[in-house]
Amino acid sequence: MNEARILDRTVPRQQQEWDIKGALNFILGGAGSGLLVAAPFAAMLRADPRPFVALGLVLVAGGLFSVWLKIGRPWRAFHVVRRPSTSWMTREALIAPFLFAAGALGVFSGAPLFILVAALLGALYAYAQARILKANIGISAWRRWSCVALIVVTAVVEGVGIVAFASPFWPSLAPLGFLLAALIVARYIAWTNYIADLRRTGAPKGTLQAFDVFAPRFLILGHAAAAVFALIGAIGHYPAALALGGAFAAVGGALFKYTLVCRAAFTQGFSLPRTPARGRGKPGPGLRPGWEPPQAN
Amino acid sequence: MSAQVNQDKRYVMAIDLRRCVGCQTCTAACKNANATPPGVQWRRVLDIETGEFPDVQRTFMPVGCMHCANPPCMHVCPTTATKLRADGLVTIDYDICIGCANCVMACPYDARSIQHIAKYAYGVPMKSEEARFEPERLGVATKCTFCKDRIDLAAKTGQTPGVDPEVTPACVNSCISDAMHFGDIKDPNSNVSKLLAKTEHFRMHEELGTDPSIYYILDGEEA
Repeated sequence: MNEARILDRTVPRQQQEWDIKGALNFILGGAGSGLLVAAPFAAMLRADPRPFVALGLVLVAGGLFSVWLKIGRPWRAFHVVRRPSTSWMTREALIAPFLFAAGALGVFSGAPLFILVAALLGALYAYAQARILKANIGISAWRRWSCVALIVVTAVVEGVGIVAFASPFWPSLAPLGFLLAALIVARYIAWTNYIADLRRTGAPKGTLQAFDVFAPRFLILGHAAAAVFALIGAIGHYPAALALGGAFAAVGGALFKYTLVCRAAFTQGFSLPRTPARGRGKPGPGLRPGWEPPQAN
Repeated sequence: MSAQVNQDKRYVMAIDLRRCVGCQTCTAACKNANATPPGVQWRRVLDIETGEFPDVQRTFMPVGCMHCANPPCMHVCPTTATKLRADGLVTIDYDICIGCANCVMACPYDARSIQHIAKYAYGVPMKSEEARFEPERLGVATKCTFCKDRIDLAAKTGQTPGVDPEVTPACVNSCISDAMHFGDIKDPNSNVSKLLAKTEHFRMHEELGTDPSIYYILDGEEA
């Protein structure tokens, strides 16, 4: 079929409502919740987990504050808790106070129980964020389980990456490099599965183009370089290398979420199963402009 | 996920794509009826040109909120501002909405918009714009309401939406080519039920499970 000449808003278009302030909820919230998940691992390696928990809470709070600045009616923000039955945004908002309470108790008391509870709530928070995106079925790039898996594993990679970044202050964290490398491999698998899912089911061309531009940097710096530095740091006990690996892994995750929310999020657009027969004309073939058709297996 | 609303009525729109001539009268009628600001169109008509000279074809497709029976916008709305009424209309309570835009992302029909600052056709408000300015619409999600005030009026007057113009959406009333029809699909004797029974039609993005309430007619008997 010849490419249709499309006017108006028939083709998918990049979403404009969630800008960097909206994306920061996922960037900071994901990294913060991942940091809460990673804090017990730091404790297992004889590092003080409390600074990580505190930073995790600050990041989550920063994400929520950023999105509060973005919403149209900020002084009504507490209405957000009114639909726990179906809205993952409500559920995210309901998890947050428990997460802050457990985290604050962990920071001030140092009790491992609160650190662990904060880690569990951090995992739930990251999952809720992923489900917020999945529930938004108007955006093809978000409405898939492969995206949920990628968002959750990215949060954990970011958290462990930030802990690894602190390894110059706690040289005992060196073995964390093995965990970081393993998680980077897991994120690579989640990423390739996500991209394959997009191509298999079809996606807006703009979505695929955005990821095509982003992928080389993400794979080379966020995965390959990060994993190599993490392993060098772990095997050779070089805290600086481990810190570098952690920084690459965490920054790569943040850039991925920025790309996912601000660059690759295209609307569904419109389609026709076939064109109608008008007057004496004949019906024409269907069309779905702006979409890359599903790839055959 | 499905909406748990016991519907005794379900108002739907049937649009005959063979008849639509792309005049945008429905767009203008909607703007007039609902006083939407510049850049916000609750009803718009897509103009799709296909084929290659000399075998080209244009299709005009009016789009807007599909008033889905399983509305993703309602499921994601964290505030309960978006609701599904028993008659099938999807509504927004401007006093509850926080303008988070979650519903904008959830809608596969690009039907919702949020205006954060007041906009006027010529920068400064004309008297007509001043008179019809609704500050409660700023910073919240807005969309086509199927002219719900008219539907509500029908319950009081006993008139029939889709038949009596006073209780029929403005876009349907305005259609110059009789392409747009409105009525209760739960009533087998309604105009839309009869029309859809004898035509070939489809609904936009049905595969997403939204159960939309706008039917597009492609073939079959004319109204």
